[in-house]
Amino acid sequence: MSLWVDQYRPRSLDDLHYHQGLSARLRSLAASGDFPHMLFYGPSGAGKKTRIACTLKELFGPGVEKIKIDQRIFLTPSKRKLEVNLVQSNFHIEITPSETGNYDRIVIQELLKEIAQTQQVDLNAKQRFKVVIINEADSLSRDAQAALRRTMEKYMSNMRIILCANSTSRLIAPIRSRCLLMRVAAPDSDAMGTVLDYVARRVGFDLPPDVAGQIVEDAAGNMRKALLVLEALKMQSPDLSGNLSIAKPDWETYCHKVADLIVQEQTPARVMEVRAKFYELLSHCIPPTVILKTVAERVVERVDEALKADIMHWAAFYEVRMRVGSKKIFHLEAWVVKVMSLYKQFFYGMDLTGFD
Amino acid sequence: MAFFQVPATKTAPKHNVDPALQPWVEKYRPKTIDDISSQDHTVAVLKKTLTSTNLPHMLFYGPPGTGKTSTILALSRQLFGPDNFKNRVLELNASDERGIAIVREKVKNFARQTPRAQAVASDGKEYPCPPYKIIILDEADSMTQDAQGALRRIMETYARITRFCLVCNYVTRIIEPLASRCSKFRFTPLDSASASARLTMISSAENIGADSSVIDALITTSGGDLRRAITYLQSASRLASSTNPPTLITANDIQEIAGVVPNSVVSSFANTLGIETETDMDTDDRDQTKGFEPIKKKVKDLTMEGYSASQILSQLHDLIVLHPTLTGRQKSQCALILAEADKALCDGADEELWILDVALRINKSLS
Repeated sequence: MSLWVDQYRPRSLDDLHYHQGLSARLRSLAASGDFPHMLFYGPSGAGKKTRIACTLKELFGPGVEKIKIDQRIFLTPSKRKLEVNLVQSNFHIEITPSETGNYDRIVIQELLKEIAQTQQVDLNAKQRFKVVIINEADSLSRDAQAALRRTMEKYMSNMRIILCANSTSRLIAPIRSRCLLMRVAAPDSDAMGTVLDYVARRVGFDLPPDVAGQIVEDAAGNMRKALLVLEALKMQSPDLSGNLSIAKPDWETYCHKVADLIVQEQTPARVMEVRAKFYELLSHCIPPTVILKTVAERVVERVDEALKADIMHWAAFYEVRMRVGSKKIFHLEAWVVKVMSLYKQFFYGMDLTGFD
Repeated sequence: MAFFQVPATKTAPKHNVDPALQPWVEKYRPKTIDDISSQDHTVAVLKKTLTSTNLPHMLFYGPPGTGKTSTILALSRQLFGPDNFKNRVLELNASDERGIAIVREKVKNFARQTPRAQAVASDGKEYPCPPYKIIILDEADSMTQDAQGALRRIMETYARITRFCLVCNYVTRIIEPLASRCSKFRFTPLDSASASARLTMISSAENIGADSSVIDALITTSGGDLRRAITYLQSASRLASSTNPPTLITANDIQEIAGVVPNSVVSSFANTLGIETETDMDTDDRDQTKGFEPIKKKVKDLTMEGYSASQILSQLHDLIVLHPTLTGRQKSQCALILAEADKALCDGADEELWILDVALRINKSLS
């Protein structure tokens, strides 16, 4: 049995619950026979993938739902083998080139050219072109993006590209200017409530409005998270009554504990303690950016108004250093020490300006 | 629908591309160098080469969408005519593998074969067809240093029968020895008059009836990048013609397609930061704009809406720099903050954190 998220995922543009304007636009684009390259962007859990899948169905009919998973091996110039997973149907192909890290350029070059140079042979196909979906386009390397540029123009007759990204900031301008931009905003709470209600009705139970409100608030615009939470709650107490508490993920409570430690005491010994906790989090594969954001948000809740701006500033400062640098823990620690020194400076009037 | 009424005879379909499905960028690429908009200096120099049939190595540089690739393609088409174009011109771009090995092999092989004597062109026109080949290295700034190094000697050895044309955005990424072998042509961003002329020409050829407000919106959103403007125009006309019933394009459509954040959103954001904006200066409660929590909430909302951080920053920048009452000092402080954030975003930093940081710091420096 599949999760509710997958089971009740809308399959066609008509089933979508929110962003009706966007759906209407996609429908008319798919019908016009003159389909552009597209770039879907928006926060996670807003429904980008769902909309892409629905658009594909609108374009090609139910055939796109027959998918197979394939593995391809590419050879780098230095004879290293790269394995890439492809999800494909007769009409489209879905890749996540960032899986291969620095070698994503090779995947883009080889795969796209291969697809672009073969024409659709099925005469009954509704469209002459194939669609290539590139996931996580914002983590494509510069080289790979440059490789996309001319390919997108040259092979327009055989291929359309749909890029899916969280933000357009990291995409180079030439790519952005070649695509039709589609912003998928996170659903507002009303829309999320409707979707939760709909799923509950499909499963066959009544969702009390206060529980729905609680879930919506917790999910903060992430539809996927909301549905997962709903299913978890349903498992917990089948009648959804009484005092329900939405269980926070372990790492989040752990991060909050770290934040509390920082605020309680500012000593070198405490830094060591925090460091051990950071290591624990990192070894459980929690992305360092998420750790830093969660801890920082918790810390600013508990300190004086005057300190908040500074703490966020240094969080942003060390976050970018973390991206550029290679050892994440250094920068996490540096931030902790910075916050502690700011805190002391503020409360005891200690002059620690030489500490930068 | 307007698309399918385009006369198919106008552009000869190559590779069986339905002209209605062709991107307009390709369809309306200038056919001769006289068609190139703006860039008077470059065009004047290149026209001379058409008559004298002698050409130096060339380096075209300038921002995207100013006609670099179009110019060299048009020039070589005029030099060689449609028949000889294929075997006289080699176009390599970043989507082709361009390591050292490829530059050596492909370029050497191509450069080695001496061009054959001129044949009579099939369309009856006369072409100068000078006795050399042209190798176009598009997007040359994404070539590795080593590959560029390998080109140095090749360029000289085969100078007798080949001319190189390097096309790039950033001339600084081309190594000095290569740049000194070429005569450089700088392409400037298009001025609005010639961009508007071109866009009006396309819109009348495609029969989409775009009025002047639409053209203006295109020019402001594209910032001198004609390709972007044309792509936006095509996308907008697609949307407008595919709705039922077909509607006319409006300036709002263009902004939506270009991913521009609506002005009301930006100004309400600026308001939260303590920048007075004309629209809702009186209605907003002044006490609410101060403090950490409202700013944080506003930033969260913005990220939820999915607007791109760099777009917000650039629009915020416009708003601040053109602001009537802020002092010069305040503006420059804001500019410093924005510059730092832009660098961080380019390095791939977290968008929400940085927008929040920018917001907090601007708020602090203004209060």
